[in-house]
Amino acid sequence: MTDDPALSGLSGTIIHDEIVPARAPWVHRVKAGEVLRIVDLEGNQAVDFLIYAAADDAERYSAQDTVAAQGNLFLRTGSVLLSNEGRAMMTIIASAVDYHDTIGGACSCESNTLRYGHHTRSQHACVDNFLEANLTEGRGKRDIVSNINFFMNVPVEKDGTLGIVDGISAPGLTVDLRAEIDVIVVVSNCPQINNPCNGFNPTPVRMVVAA
Amino acid sequence: MSGTLADPKAAREHSRAQGGTRVEAMPVLPPVADDLPAGVAPDDLLWEEVIAPGGYATRRLGRGARLRLIDLRGDACASLNIFNADIPTERLNVADTVKVQWNAYLGAGKLLLSDMGRVLMSILSDSAGTHDTFCGISNAAGNARKYGDGSNSGANPNGRDRLILGAAKHGLSRRDVHPCVTLFKGTRIEADGTIMPITGPFAPGREVVLRCEMEVIVVIANCPHVMDPRPDWRVAPLRATAWRGPVTPEHDAVRNATPEASRAFLNTEDHYRR
Repeated sequence: MTDDPALSGLSGTIIHDEIVPARAPWVHRVKAGEVLRIVDLEGNQAVDFLIYAAADDAERYSAQDTVAAQGNLFLRTGSVLLSNEGRAMMTIIASAVDYHDTIGGACSCESNTLRYGHHTRSQHACVDNFLEANLTEGRGKRDIVSNINFFMNVPVEKDGTLGIVDGISAPGLTVDLRAEIDVIVVVSNCPQINNPCNGFNPTPVRMVVAA
Repeated sequence: MSGTLADPKAAREHSRAQGGTRVEAMPVLPPVADDLPAGVAPDDLLWEEVIAPGGYATRRLGRGARLRLIDLRGDACASLNIFNADIPTERLNVADTVKVQWNAYLGAGKLLLSDMGRVLMSILSDSAGTHDTFCGISNAAGNARKYGDGSNSGANPNGRDRLILGAAKHGLSRRDVHPCVTLFKGTRIEADGTIMPITGPFAPGREVVLRCEMEVIVVIANCPHVMDPRPDWRVAPLRATAWRGPVTPEHDAVRNATPEASRAFLNTEDHYRR
């Protein structure tokens, strides 16, 4: 056994272990029953996350189906991540962070012009990562839907006001996801530097798959 | 009857005799509406249709067109997918819509934003106040669980499959049906994230008027809200009326309400700078 604290509590054999650099995309297949652990290595790093069914990638993660089915906006331990056809794709089986976001979406070059101004147009953004990763497998812009933001904090106030606020994650915190069907996971390790989602400093994350 | 209709001429007569039938849920061609707002000429009417309970409708609308939706009996549920008609890979982005505007509750003055930082439609007026950006739409599996069946061919069609059919009429497919917004049936969020459905039924006649800020394809499904707590499948007719109107001018109040809105309109205007 290892004494690496980032692997503690993971059962089975480690079949994949990779550092995703700051600001980078990642695509990986996770088979039914395997567990994907995401490690927020340096803390407060938003991990933008999409899921596609490996057998038919027109079936994909649906934030709306997921929150409607659980009757709550926040993703916590026990949350079942549903597809647009209502099927369980992955389950959050453990989370060191109280809750994760799935309403804030992904930053894009275009939405950055609205939120911060046109001077940000040339900055790298999550949608460009999603596009780059998806294009390697024949998916494109129409395949990008509302995503999960692991380690990101988006509270909604009584009058509907919402915003990306300071994170509730910390160095070394993890979230574990069990695949319920064979899935393709597409990640953008968020490069945003204009709001607190990454502590204004994008950092690497670690992806570990246990079978 | 079958004997008589074995003859093609009799079958033709039988078919033709059905023309002119009026039912509540149908399009009116050419469109006629006796309740257009003051200043709207009857010649500018584009679309008049009552969408059946469980039905769907879709329409391409030009920049500046107004779309009025009326919840005729207080129990309609209008879930919308919206595309840039010229480049349909650009479509409604619900996450950007709530994030960019720093608010998740739709109402007068709110924008429906695309994934390209542009305004697809804006909400000009709203007498309902109960709308939903969070929960999306029912699907076949959920309706089968809740109502015993959710198929297009059955009595309790699900919203997602209605949106798919509407999108397909424009050559689009399952991949193109994206997270939606729902008008007339609402949700409110509690401090711990709990989603409270506000699904009525409400007073009849509530209405929302939207303005098309781009050339759009609108697909509307009228199916029970996915969190409707009633055990039976209940939804009522939805009326859609559209008329031509001017493209949003530079001094428009909605355009200038916030810095984010102004930049979204700048991006939209830039898209049409040809």
